[in-house]
Amino acid sequence: MENFTPFSSLIGGALIGLSAVLMLLGSGRIAGISGIVGGALKGQGKERQWRLFFLGGLALAALTYPAIFGAPIEIVAQSTPLLTALAGLLVGFGTRLGSGCTSGHGICGLARFSKRSFAATATFMLFGFVAVFLLRHVLEVQS
Amino acid sequence: MKPQTQAQAQAEAQDSTANARQFDMANALTALGAGLLFGLGLIVSGMINPSKVIGFLDLAGNWDPSLIFVMGGGVTVTLCTFWLVLRRERPLFDKQFYLPSKADIDTRLISGAALFGVGWGIAGLCPGPAMTGLATLDPTVVLFVGSMVIGMVLQQLLDE
Repeated sequence: MENFTPFSSLIGGALIGLSAVLMLLGSGRIAGISGIVGGALKGQGKERQWRLFFLGGLALAALTYPAIFGAPIEIVAQSTPLLTALAGLLVGFGTRLGSGCTSGHGICGLARFSKRSFAATATFMLFGFVAVFLLRHVLEVQS
Repeated sequence: MKPQTQAQAQAEAQDSTANARQFDMANALTALGAGLLFGLGLIVSGMINPSKVIGFLDLAGNWDPSLIFVMGGGVTVTLCTFWLVLRRERPLFDKQFYLPSKADIDTRLISGAALFGVGWGIAGLCPGPAMTGLATLDPTVVLFVGSMVIGMVLQQLLDE
């Protein structure tokens, strides 16, 4: 467990929670990223506008973080291009079909005691664990 | 209702469009600030890094439980505050709350979540970290977002 980072992960998680509260208190909306991206793709006018601003905020975070914290952003890919493309398709299709992802169901839905979000969160966690186990320990197509 | 002159009515209408415009601006700034906080949270927590996510999902490998703390930190904050916010009649800058209305657990929900889980396990990326990491132009993240958008559009097309 040499990679274990309980403190920075807890603080980062709390920032995500604060973001969700700010969205709900200010605009009355759920900070669910898959819904925000999906809505930005098909929405119009005001419905598209706030979503684009939210996505702009995400980009701004990545662009300013290295200057603010004096540390680079570490992104270490875990998949080949082919598997990455497949994963993207599954995540895009699945989150829209299932009305949410880690943020909407996981962070916001659980706090609203939504039965649907509990079920969805348990399901995607389970399938995430199983997929990693199969790919890395049974089929060994990834390492 | 008080009788009003045309000029008064016009002034009121102008007032309310000016109000609406202010509200749109406030909503846009709220979204920008929330996006910024969200993205910083993803970076600070390490969740933006696929290797961190796979480290958590790989129970049989060199397991890294950090993501439990990301989820724990996030849910603790929302759990302590959402109920209070939702006691209000409306949010600060809009007429109403926009909350999901569906209540039943159906096949769509579960099969969607299952597909998402498999994709998450393959690449270690979900929509938030992917959209945040996009700005770094990391080629894997760019490819992931491109195919994620195609997946979303496909789903929306099948729905119509």
